[in-house]
Amino acid sequence: MDPALKEVWLALLRTMLMIRRCEEQLVKFYAAGAIRGGCHTYIGQEAVAAGVCAHLRPDDVVFSTHRGHGHALAKGVTPHELMAELLGKATGCSGGRGGSMHLFKPEVGFMGSSGIVGPCITLAAGGGYTARLLKTDRVSVAFFGDGAVNNGAFHEGLNMAAAWQLPVIFVCENNLYATEVPFVKATRNPSVASRGQAYGLPGLEVDGNDVVAVYQAAGEAVRRARAGDGPTLLECRTYRIRAHSEGMREVGYRTPDEVNAWKARCPITLFEQRLLQDGVADQLEIERIEAEVGAIIADAARFAEESPKPDPATVADHLYSQTGFHHA
Amino acid sequence: MRELTFVEAAREGLAEEMARDGRVFVVGEGIGARGGNFNTTLGLYELYGEERLRDTPISERGFTTLCTGAAATGSRPIVDFMFIDFLTDAFGDLFNQTAKLQWMSNGRLKMPIVLRGCIGVAPQFGAHHSGNYYPFFVHIPGFRVVVPTTPADAKGLLKTAIRCDDPVLFLEHKALLNLKGPVPDGEYLIPFGQATVARQGQHVTVVGIAYMVKEALRAAEQLAAEGISVEVIDPRTLAPLDMDTILASVHKTGRLLIVDEDYAPCGMAAEIAMQVMERGFDDLDAPVQRLNGAFIPAPYSDAFAPGLVPDAASIAAAIRQLLAE
Repeated sequence: MDPALKEVWLALLRTMLMIRRCEEQLVKFYAAGAIRGGCHTYIGQEAVAAGVCAHLRPDDVVFSTHRGHGHALAKGVTPHELMAELLGKATGCSGGRGGSMHLFKPEVGFMGSSGIVGPCITLAAGGGYTARLLKTDRVSVAFFGDGAVNNGAFHEGLNMAAAWQLPVIFVCENNLYATEVPFVKATRNPSVASRGQAYGLPGLEVDGNDVVAVYQAAGEAVRRARAGDGPTLLECRTYRIRAHSEGMREVGYRTPDEVNAWKARCPITLFEQRLLQDGVADQLEIERIEAEVGAIIADAARFAEESPKPDPATVADHLYSQTGFHHA
Repeated sequence: MRELTFVEAAREGLAEEMARDGRVFVVGEGIGARGGNFNTTLGLYELYGEERLRDTPISERGFTTLCTGAAATGSRPIVDFMFIDFLTDAFGDLFNQTAKLQWMSNGRLKMPIVLRGCIGVAPQFGAHHSGNYYPFFVHIPGFRVVVPTTPADAKGLLKTAIRCDDPVLFLEHKALLNLKGPVPDGEYLIPFGQATVARQGQHVTVVGIAYMVKEALRAAEQLAAEGISVEVIDPRTLAPLDMDTILASVHKTGRLLIVDEDYAPCGMAAEIAMQVMERGFDDLDAPVQRLNGAFIPAPYSDAFAPGLVPDAASIAAAIRQLLAE
């Protein structure tokens, strides 16, 4: 195998493992009461963030949703900053202002996750508008779930991006449930990808648990966007393994059999098997990556726990670009 | 000094800022080759083309949030809503995204976006083209709210709005658009948070919001003949609000009337009156009074027009009553 391609493959594995191990640590923090409020893990969906973000440069922008830990990590937020944010620490990527659903690191093009479903689609269209206006070849990416595609933001965002040929990749992670409402009960048309045609942009369905499939489809979408050929809609069919949010009841809307069937299609296990079968990597190489990621996560957890809390006197900072304008 | 209409002066400010900064662009319905329903962009499309004067589909929520994303990533959008009523479709994203992104990102994202449109009850425009809505935005942390009343202020404040890194609501009352006034030559900017004393007086302070400044000045003129000296204050920006100028005036006159054609509950008068209570109670010789538009959607028929919003006559009557306290 081409050594450059092998490097890409192993980087995909490393990103997916980083997300998985980080989420597992966050689950532990949540169970211990160190994290409060919403905590939407990305376990089971790692191939999507890894496969898409592998094509992005630091100056490309990503707008994410409430289930955004994986997107943040894949775009360059460190597990240290992510964990510190969820523990409410000053060293968190949002300085403790955001928490799980409001992660920001514009320095690496991670423009934020959101507790409101839908706006990331139109925000990303705006990122594409800036790229065009400033005559750059940057691209803008929206990650969102199937829950967002029946929101007006999807219609308006895709329509404008297509009408103006903006360099945007709309990545729908169809994990089959909007919170706990099955997608098939929320729409008559179960294919998100087919909706692209309605707006005049390509819509592709890919196996969201196959990181190579995601990587290849996203590569073409990013290439098109950079070349000025307009937006693409990618529907990645995947599944969230854990509850919608940590601590939420897991009954009444899906069966253990369904969850187990998807667990058997773990994107990381599938990819590791493929790497071994194709002779891209041997067990030792995979174990080395596992160990490296494990050490980083352990260090990140320690960092997050030991970091100081933000100074409460700074809570109103950054409400406005200049100080001295508070009127209340 | 030369005279321009409010619209001409604001457009001159916009043209200067578009020439100065290539990151500035305008979106809206009919703001391209057509030049805007209210001529807000007339002649600019020929200079800058469609990327900077973008005609939009009727997707107010969509293009407002698109511009929020654009502002977060380094451009400087101006959303021209035509009628500000059309902005209401975008309330959710304005409050949850536009207003909060700077703060949530710990100050690493900026939000240089201008949201402009016409406000105000005008004859027979009806319930969907007559709104004011500014108290919503004054209430939410993160916005700046600008209500110019003169052509000169419209230009200087719009230029400040476009250079501001925060979301700015720039609200233009329909009744002001074609009024002429002196406009200085050359470039100038007017800072936010500085009220003007539109007319000096001794007996009573009237704070007018937007077009109500004009009606208050008219009332003051009438009352001068009766020997009543009215001071009229134009806040110019509602967020930030220049309470110091209002308090200094109340310190002098001892009486305060706030005139706002928008609805009374939780409105600007409630806020100003409370702040005067907090900081200037001892200066008051009478309870603060307010005069507001009727608490109903704007009706169509001219039969409903009398008393719908304050005018010079009702303001003069309210002042006489306040002086009798």
